[in-house]
Amino acid sequence: MRPDVVHRLAALREAGTVVLLAGVVVAAMAKNPQFLDVKNLNSILLWIPLLVVVGMGQMLVILTRGIDVSVGSTMGVAGIVVGMLFRDHPGLNIYLGAAIGMAIGFVLGAINGGLIAWAKIPPIIATLGTLSAYRGLAFIACKGEQIDSNNIPDGLTNWALFGPITINGVTISWLIVWAAAAAILTAYFLRWTRTGRDVYAIGSHPEAAQLRGLPVTKVTFLVYSVCGALAGLAGVLYASRYGFVNPGTAGQGFELTVIAAVVIGGTNVLGGSGTVFGVLLGCLLLGTINVALAVLGIDAAWQTLVYGIVILIALTIDSYLQRLLRRLAVGA
Amino acid sequence: MAFGGVEVLKGVDLDLFPGEVHGIVGENGAGKSTLGKLIAGVHRATGGELEIGGSVRTLTNPRQALDLGVALIHQEPLTFPDLDVAENIFVGRQPKTPARQIGWKRMYAEAAVLLSSLGVSLNPRSKVRGLGVADQQMIELAAALSQHAKVLILDETTASLTPKEVAELFAIVRRLRDEGCAIAFVSHRLDEVFDICDRITILRDGEKVGERTPSASSIPEIVRLMVGRELASMEVRHATGLGGEMLSVQNLCQGSIFHDVSLTVRKGEIVGMAGLVGAGRTDVARAIFGITKPSAGEILVDGKPVQIQGPKQAMAAGLALVPEDRQHHGLLLPVSIAENASLAILRSLTKGGWVQSKRIDENAKSYGKKLNIVMRSVDQPVKDLSGGNQQKVVLSKWLASQPKVLILDEPTRGIDVGAKAEVHRLMRELADEGLAILMISSDLQEVLTISDRVVVMREGRLVKAFEPNEATQENVMLAATGQEAHAS
Amino acid sequence: MKKLVARSETIPAILLVLAFVAGAMQSKFFLDVRYLLDSSTLYVETGLLAIGMTFVIVSGNIDLSVASMIALVACVTARLMGAGWSIPAGCAGGLILGLLLGGFNGLLVAKVKLPSFVVTLATMAVYRGIAQVLQGAESAKLPSGFVGIDMQHLPGHVPIPLVILLLIAVVLGLVLQRTLFGRWVYSIGTNEEASFYAGLPTSTVKIAVFALSGFLAAVAALLLNSRLGVARFDDARGLELDAITAVVLGGASIFGGKGTMLGTMLALFLVAVLRIGMGVANVKAEYQLAVIGTLLIVAVLAGNVATKLSAKR
Repeated sequence: MRPDVVHRLAALREAGTVVLLAGVVVAAMAKNPQFLDVKNLNSILLWIPLLVVVGMGQMLVILTRGIDVSVGSTMGVAGIVVGMLFRDHPGLNIYLGAAIGMAIGFVLGAINGGLIAWAKIPPIIATLGTLSAYRGLAFIACKGEQIDSNNIPDGLTNWALFGPITINGVTISWLIVWAAAAAILTAYFLRWTRTGRDVYAIGSHPEAAQLRGLPVTKVTFLVYSVCGALAGLAGVLYASRYGFVNPGTAGQGFELTVIAAVVIGGTNVLGGSGTVFGVLLGCLLLGTINVALAVLGIDAAWQTLVYGIVILIALTIDSYLQRLLRRLAVGA
Repeated sequence: MAFGGVEVLKGVDLDLFPGEVHGIVGENGAGKSTLGKLIAGVHRATGGELEIGGSVRTLTNPRQALDLGVALIHQEPLTFPDLDVAENIFVGRQPKTPARQIGWKRMYAEAAVLLSSLGVSLNPRSKVRGLGVADQQMIELAAALSQHAKVLILDETTASLTPKEVAELFAIVRRLRDEGCAIAFVSHRLDEVFDICDRITILRDGEKVGERTPSASSIPEIVRLMVGRELASMEVRHATGLGGEMLSVQNLCQGSIFHDVSLTVRKGEIVGMAGLVGAGRTDVARAIFGITKPSAGEILVDGKPVQIQGPKQAMAAGLALVPEDRQHHGLLLPVSIAENASLAILRSLTKGGWVQSKRIDENAKSYGKKLNIVMRSVDQPVKDLSGGNQQKVVLSKWLASQPKVLILDEPTRGIDVGAKAEVHRLMRELADEGLAILMISSDLQEVLTISDRVVVMREGRLVKAFEPNEATQENVMLAATGQEAHAS
Repeated sequence: MKKLVARSETIPAILLVLAFVAGAMQSKFFLDVRYLLDSSTLYVETGLLAIGMTFVIVSGNIDLSVASMIALVACVTARLMGAGWSIPAGCAGGLILGLLLGGFNGLLVAKVKLPSFVVTLATMAVYRGIAQVLQGAESAKLPSGFVGIDMQHLPGHVPIPLVILLLIAVVLGLVLQRTLFGRWVYSIGTNEEASFYAGLPTSTVKIAVFALSGFLAAVAALLLNSRLGVARFDDARGLELDAITAVVLGGASIFGGKGTMLGTMLALFLVAVLRIGMGVANVKAEYQLAVIGTLLIVAVLAGNVATKLSAKR
């Protein structure tokens, strides 16, 4: 039966990501048999959490046929403002700091959402504009001054260094726990709530969603707000991971990495399909590629190029699969 | 109710009662679908009152209508290809567990019950992508039933169903009626309307021209009300001198969409192509014109085989297609009449690569005169014109390319009666000037009135060809619905 | 009068005058014609991108990769000239490369049928990435004979790059408005399907539009090389924003089918005046970026509102 073919192809798509991941690992192992040693595993594990947190929000947006290129700047604003709070109020609770970061991100995301859902500005234009506007905001907030490592509380930086579980020297850090929480909540939202199902429906057929009475405008607004909130959280996690926040570099260009992870994970850029599991695989793949590049002695300059190529390959494969499906559907 | 400056509905009264199926009939463009969409909150009325269950309501979106128990089943099914069957039924209202989660198990179980009560053998867990139109419609119907709709509007729902599927649908409709639903049945298939409806409202040009009961009326009477004149008075004038075969299609196939379609159109001849929506007529036209690729078969124009890769080659071979969807495929709506009329021949209106705007205007003016287009000037945007005049702009675009064969897909859909007669007169004139015309139409009256020959498609096959004067409303309809076997 | 109000160029023209007045009130530099003309060379590259972007946006697409194409072409030409290619040969190589990079974008959009914003988002990374791999953190020096075009003037202190920009704008403005190709670009941007049904070579036109955008980016790269004397992988970073803003502010519809070269050029000068003004007032680069980003959103909002109002009328 035809719908089964559809199911199988989707599974095949995720299997493809796994194969690619295995390929990268094997290639790296061939060059350096110690590739999967404790040090490298730890650096992969340190690399992924930020990507996962922002990736979850970006995935929600892409599922509705949208895109948010402002996430890196949102990270910057949240990281800077929360960093300033820590600097000026050294006793501030770090969990409260994380919550404030999320709230800032939520507001910035809601501005995107408003521009897209109500003012009907195409997502790429709206978020391209706010990408610059928010970056400027980060500078305005801190008057261009970097938040230095002595201003970041140890409790926060410890999230990146320690965790609840350590196996043979491999640390599952608190950052991973944050990322896992974000992924689990997103997966729950998408699977077990009506609004989560609306997200898929809207991306799958926007006009039908409108005519079947789904709250298209509200859900669109919501996904950008949530995406912003997660980027805000990632801004605080950035401070934890790197120990400083610079208004110019915090989260700069991160949107590209995130979109690469989401798209390579099998989320359709035309909306309607994609899974948390797939995006996690995408993040794992990018993280592994990133560390593999370093291990293989390939210059860091290759990073951007690799992300770009990864997006292009994923897009081309998906476009081809979609056409194959359509052809199967009419039997031509 | 008005669209783009054209009034679609004028002061129509309609009462739907529980336990009654109410037919809404009218010609294409009479406003019957618009009426359905108003009741279901898709469009907003510019005047008048809507009362549901005894209280006056103002609907601003479909959600409100659904909450009040008003559901619309669309002609084109509105389903979500990436979701499975059960979710398509329950989307936005999925059952919840006590923990306020989506109750998937319960949803699949309820979907299975609903589907089996409709007599549909669909797996609730199958993705909708790849399902046929009839299955998708059943999903929409199941969705309406699942929210205990009290008012059900079926908008041309039978248009693309096989007779067996129609019979199944009617069984369901009768059951719902007996359970106390108020049902509006929007259709142009009068035999079905007489079969299922308890009362019939007849619309013409956006106005209600009568209300009848099937027992106290007859199909000819309803038709008379719909068209506003006696059938016999329709002018029928067929071609006199026919030339050679201008278009010849041989064994054209396209996957599962249509098979072995062979037909010919001679110089000076109008061939009408009848059939139900979804029978594959538009697909054949699109394949002939190179919009889609046929998987097998041959096309000859003026006796010579042609290889058509796309519209460009089709045009070069002497073909022209006036597409069914005027707004999306026929016109650049915000752009001027002059530019629309010259779009297909712009290359020939250039000199050394530069476009000569004077010749663009002249082209539009000359066709405006020839086709009697009502306009302020050729600079007027096409979107400001009435449907009839818009269609004439599409026609001028294609006539300007001086085709040998003109394919018209639903040429008079959504245009008023006056313009329709004018388009028909024009078609005859063009045929007399030597054009070969293939006309696809769901308007049986239109097919019978102006075609020299009639061919009928059903479920992707060309099932019947009628010689001049052989075709009647009855035998064409029988061929289109596949009931001729029973009839003979 | 009514026609004037309805014209999409009117708003940027009025804003341009206002910006001038505001600028003049802030600083006396502002009415110094020589200062303005000298400063204009800084915005010629943006202008060239905006000209290409006008074609792309009118065709209903977007090209986010323009600034990356500048960087890649700039680095490659610098390397070619450094490897002993003559100046004309190096320039020709760069222009051909730009054409190819743009054409590749067009091919992906037209043939793989992907939305242009994702395609060019990816190639934005790819092209910048290649430049980075090629050049690393080093700057590539250009031969001294090639450097300093921005210091060349026509009589009346008009810098050569400005002349080049205006010439290209006039020629391509005529192409967009008056030639078969230009009209096809409008038709495809208005309704691609109807254009396809009317026999227009929609794929070819789209590829050509992106190739043109790449070619103009290459011209901009050569001017940039000549102005700076060195090429770096992070040249022209973020310039796509200014270009897109200029086009949208100039009255083009982001949904395609609408826009003029005159509008783009007026808006470009507005963006340039704003930038010069902010420069004079010592506004930091990041704040300037924020202003341009906000301007882009406001421009699209204003366009949407104008469309709604004219639809109601």
